[in-house]
Amino acid sequence: MIKQATIISGKGGTGKTVISGCFAALAENKIMADCDVDAADLHLLLHPDIKEKHEFKAGSKAILDEDKCTLCRRCIQVCRFSAIYEEKDKVIIDPVACEGCGVCALDCPEQAIRMEESVSGEWYISDTRYGPMVHAKLGIAEENTGKLVTLVRQNARSIAQKNGLNLIVTDGPPGIGCPVIASITGVDLVVVVTEPTLSAISDLDRVLSLTHHFGIETVVLINKHDINYENTQKIESFCQKKNLEILSKIPFDNSFTQAMVQGKTIIEYDNSGVTQEIKKAWERISTKIRR
Amino acid sequence: MIISVASGKGGTGKTTVAVNLALFLARNREKNIQFLDCDVEEPNAYIFLKPDIQESQKVSILVPEVDERKCNFCGKCAEVCAYNAIAVLKNKVMIFPELCHGCGGCTLFCPEDAISEKERGIGVLHQGKAESISFIQGKLNIGEPMATPIIREVKKKVNPDGITIIDVPPGTSCPVIEAVNRSDFCLLVTEPTPFGLNDLKLAVEVLKKLKIKFGVIINRAGIGDDKVKEFCEDESIQILAEIPYDRNVAVLYSQGISILIEADYAKIFEKIWDSIKRKIDS
Repeated sequence: MIKQATIISGKGGTGKTVISGCFAALAENKIMADCDVDAADLHLLLHPDIKEKHEFKAGSKAILDEDKCTLCRRCIQVCRFSAIYEEKDKVIIDPVACEGCGVCALDCPEQAIRMEESVSGEWYISDTRYGPMVHAKLGIAEENTGKLVTLVRQNARSIAQKNGLNLIVTDGPPGIGCPVIASITGVDLVVVVTEPTLSAISDLDRVLSLTHHFGIETVVLINKHDINYENTQKIESFCQKKNLEILSKIPFDNSFTQAMVQGKTIIEYDNSGVTQEIKKAWERISTKIRR
Repeated sequence: MIISVASGKGGTGKTTVAVNLALFLARNREKNIQFLDCDVEEPNAYIFLKPDIQESQKVSILVPEVDERKCNFCGKCAEVCAYNAIAVLKNKVMIFPELCHGCGGCTLFCPEDAISEKERGIGVLHQGKAESISFIQGKLNIGEPMATPIIREVKKKVNPDGITIIDVPPGTSCPVIEAVNRSDFCLLVTEPTPFGLNDLKLAVEVLKKLKIKFGVIINRAGIGDDKVKEFCEDESIQILAEIPYDRNVAVLYSQGISILIEADYAKIFEKIWDSIKRKIDS
């Protein structure tokens, strides 16, 4: 049975990826998946050696054949995404605003619009010093993030199956929308990395409602807990009320940044209290997930 | 004038910069300052601006509703739907509203006129006042995947006669594009670390693609390395300001307090505002 754990945060910059990198160093018999596909950073710690590279094709964009266009403007009227407009007696389709629904192409009486499949990014299967990793790069200003996340997860799963690995550890994206939902559906455990700032607490509340909405077991890790003890206490009592376990409280430590600058996880960088604290957190996750 | 504040990477200080710039402008008697929080998945500016919310409205998208008395299960709607949001069985039509983008294709092409559209709430819009700033934020409902339609609604509130500051969500995909599109200038907030640099490069590509003028603010200057500066120099990107790392600022932030209460920071925002004006005019 393959188990899955996803690390998310709601708010960006709480230390999600740094912590995921540590878990990569600590977890055994696993595959890593980076599902923060539009601003991926895990590769900067794990330095994947890319073995396979695939195009990600999803959706399509409307393309106008100006020679056929009679300027009837029906496309402008039917487009719900304000992606088609008129400029100097010409119909212009804005590829960035186009959501690829295809209504304009189907409705055009002159068949002057065609839909063209677009390449929206790439995904990779790689080796790292901590085992295999699946990751991706969404094309600039592209959509279909959720689909690419799903693709990364599917491939991580099939590689795990093939190689007899029994765990998938996923670094998730910030927020609570489409890519986050795609990163957490069906996983065994969500780890939320938060920090004691009012912004992170507000975001934690929303992200916990999301995992509750999907009925996924969730634990919380408080990073930089000594930045504001009062807020840390707020998080603790809030989690207690919701009956959520706080895995660990990690102090602010600039060695996280120093390790990142060297392209290392803090586990490899030193053996300080922070490292010990993260090791304990991982042991706890490992026990919970393999239960 | 629309000034957006973006970053690629989350947690670099986007909201801090956006909020303090708005407060700086309002306190320096600039007129018609507007603040739009377009980070609708995790809006946080309200924590710092503490607006008095006067109005809330539901944000909906149109999703299809099938009248099964008129439907003959021909399957045309499922065929035209690019998002797999409709499946037609032998004598049933299934609609998956979370997948629907609201393009209206199914309704338009149904040969039996059996589809109508109904509103489905996916979020809310709040409007209010924070000091003299008009404050607008969007908020995505929990469990809803699509942030973009809410951002689109927030942006409809732009007052073309004033100065609009937009807080952009992190990342580089559709919600970011919707939020920064048609800005006159974008402030890219980053931090001097490998993660900050990697995501800054992505954000720069987005702005170049959208042809938006931009400048960089290095937040927490001093914590990592010099590679962000080297990148900006190589690419001839102007660094508008550096905000030094200061544990005191981190503590103020954690409490939801604006850093303008310290005179040194007010000066930094004065400098940022001067540079923006110069860059827009150039």
